[in-house]
Amino acid sequence: MNLLETFRTGLEAVASHRLRSALTVLGIMIGITAVILTVGLGEGAQQQVGSEITALGSNLLTVTPGSSTSSTGVRGGFGSASTLTVGDAAALDSKVVAPDIGAVAPATSASESLVAGTTNWTTTVVGSDPSWLTVRGRTMTEGRFIDQRDLATRAEVTVLGATTAEELFGFRDPVGQTVDVAGQPMTVIGVLNSVGSSSSSSTVADPDDQAVVPLTTASALLFGASSRNSVSQILIQATSAGTLSAAYQEADAELLSLHGITTATAADFTITSEQQVLSTATSVDRTLTVLLGGIAGISLLVGGIGVMNIMLVSVTERIREIGLRKALGATPRVIRRQFLVEASVLGSVGGILGAVLGVVGALVLPHLISNPITVSPAAAVGAIAIAIAIGIVFGVYPAGRAAKLPPIDALRSE
Amino acid sequence: MSLSDDTAELRLERTDTHPAIRRPVIEVIDVWKTYRSGSLEVDALRGVSFTIDPGEYVAVMGPSGSGKSTLMHILGCLDVPTSGQLLLAGEDVSRMTEEELAHVRNRRIGFVFQQFNLLASLDACRNVELPLLYAGVDRAERRVRALAALERVGLGDRVDHRPGELSGGQQQRVAVARALVTDPDLILADEPTGNLDSVSARDVMDLLGELHRSGRTVVLITHDRDVADASERTVLIRDGRIGEPTATVAGGRGTAG
Repeated sequence: MNLLETFRTGLEAVASHRLRSALTVLGIMIGITAVILTVGLGEGAQQQVGSEITALGSNLLTVTPGSSTSSTGVRGGFGSASTLTVGDAAALDSKVVAPDIGAVAPATSASESLVAGTTNWTTTVVGSDPSWLTVRGRTMTEGRFIDQRDLATRAEVTVLGATTAEELFGFRDPVGQTVDVAGQPMTVIGVLNSVGSSSSSSTVADPDDQAVVPLTTASALLFGASSRNSVSQILIQATSAGTLSAAYQEADAELLSLHGITTATAADFTITSEQQVLSTATSVDRTLTVLLGGIAGISLLVGGIGVMNIMLVSVTERIREIGLRKALGATPRVIRRQFLVEASVLGSVGGILGAVLGVVGALVLPHLISNPITVSPAAAVGAIAIAIAIGIVFGVYPAGRAAKLPPIDALRSE
Repeated sequence: MSLSDDTAELRLERTDTHPAIRRPVIEVIDVWKTYRSGSLEVDALRGVSFTIDPGEYVAVMGPSGSGKSTLMHILGCLDVPTSGQLLLAGEDVSRMTEEELAHVRNRRIGFVFQQFNLLASLDACRNVELPLLYAGVDRAERRVRALAALERVGLGDRVDHRPGELSGGQQQRVAVARALVTDPDLILADEPTGNLDSVSARDVMDLLGELHRSGRTVVLITHDRDVADASERTVLIRDGRIGEPTATVAGGRGTAG
C-alpha cells in the first residue's frame, strides 16, 4: 500500500468518525487558544508596564537626606537630616567631578497656602533653580521659567502648574498677576505644561498642581530652613539612560567625600532612581509572565491529557478494527502509518484552528477588557508543535502496540 | 513495496492458471499448539495432520474446546503452530515473519467470520475493497473488482449501504464478497452461520456451496452437524486430535449442535 493510499485511509477514518474527531480537534484547539491568549496577555501587560515606566524618564536620580545620627547617638528617621546643601548640588554639577551627570537641580519644597484676590489654594511650593525644568523634563505653555537672574536677585516670582493656575485664576491669564505665597506677594511669570497625573513621578503627588519659586527666594522668604543653604532634595539627570548607573556612582562618591563619610553604610543621604522602579516593575512582570506561562502550560497539559484520553480510547475501541485489517493483509507498519496520519491530521487541524481562534481572540478581547494582548509567534508555534506531538505520541504508540498483537487476539477483543 | 507486490501477484496468477501444478492447498503436518499461561501449559492441538486439495469443500467439525478454533487460526495464518508444519499451496508458512504472514493472509486466504467483522464506517463496496487496498491494487481496479464480487453474492444493489443498513444475512454476504475479491486459494469460513437466523443461514450456505461448485476451495469450521453436512468431507477434531471416521462420530453426536 503506497503513501497516498495510507493517507487516504487515514483521512477516511478521521472523516467517518465525526464526533470523535471533532472532540479531539476541540480539545487540541482549546488548549492552543488558551496558551496563545494567556501568554499574549502576559506579554501585553509586560509591554504596557514597560512603556509607562519609560515615559516616566528613566535617567533621573533623586538624592534625599538620609538618617542622621546626633552627637549623643540618637538616630533620626529617614529624611530628618538637613544634610544636603546648595553646595552639594553645585559640586555635582561639575563636569570634571561627574561627567555622566547632565543636569542638577537642588530643590526644597513645602506645602503652602496661595492666595490670589479672594481665591486661595494650598499646594506644594518648590524652590529650585533654572535647571529644574530640564531635569523634570517639563516645558512652558505660557510665560517663562525662573532664570539665573531671578535666582541671584531672590526675585519674588513664581511659575504655576496648570491645575494650580486654573484653581487660582480660572480662565483668566495668570501671567503678570500677583499671588500671595505664604503671605509673600509674588508675580506669576509662567505656567508649566500639563503632563497629567498618570505619569506622575514618585516625588510629587500631582505634577500639574505645584508652584515653583527661585530656591534663594524660598530659603529667604518662605521656608526658613535650619541652614539657608540646605535643600530637601537634589534632582540629578544622567546624560542618558545608559549612563544612569555611572552617574549614580559619581554622585554617591562625590557626596560621601563632601560630607566626610568614609563608610558607605553611614551615608547621610539616599539616592533613588527611576531605574530601580523600572527594574522592580520588570521583575514583577517577569513573574507575571512566568505565572501566565504556568497557567498556559497547565492548560496545554490539561488539553494534552484530553487529547491523550481521546486517542487512547479511540485506539482501544478500534483494536478489533486493527485485528480485522491485519487479518485482511495489513502489516503492522501499514497500521502504524494509518494511525500516524490520523493523529497528525487531528493535531494539525486542531492546532491551526486553535491558533486562528487565539489570534482572533487577541484581536477582539482587548476591546472588551482593558488589557492589551500581544500574540507571540513562538508561543503559537510551540503550542501547535506540542499539541501535534501529544496527538501523535498518544495516537500512534497504542496503535503500534495494537498492531503488534496477534490478529486473532485483536479480533477477539471487545 | 509495490514492486514486490506485483511479482507476488504474477506468481500467484501463474500457479492458478497452470493446470499442471495441482499441489494440495493445505498440508497440515503434525501440528502442535501449546498455550502457556504462567506455569500452566495447555495443548490445544496435539499432532494434527491432514491435507486439503484444490476445489475441495471441507468442514472441520468439533465441539467447543476441541481445538477447532485454534486449528482455524493456524489455517488462516492468524496464529503460528508451536511445532509442526503448515504448507499453504506448497509454501511453508509455519516459520514466516509477521510481515510475510500478512502477505499470505492477504493473497491466499479469504476469511468469513462468525461476527461478520465489517467496518461500520465504510459502505459495502469499501469493505469489500479492503483486502485489495492492502494488496496494492489501484483505486479504479479495486472498485471494479469489489463491485463484481458484490454482484456475485447478489448484493449488486446494495453496494453503497453501510453494514448498519444491511440485515445479518446481507452483512455476511458482504463478508463473503470480501473473501472472494482477492481470488484466494482458500476461503476459510469460521462458524459463518453462527449469528444468523435459519433463512439467512441457508442463504449463506447456498452461497458457499455455489462457490465450491465454481471450483473454489472452501474450508468451513463449525460445531453444527447440519452445516457440516453441506460439505463434501468432514474433518472431525476432538481434544486436539483428528477424530474417528466421519460416520462413527456422526452417529454418536448427530443430535448435538
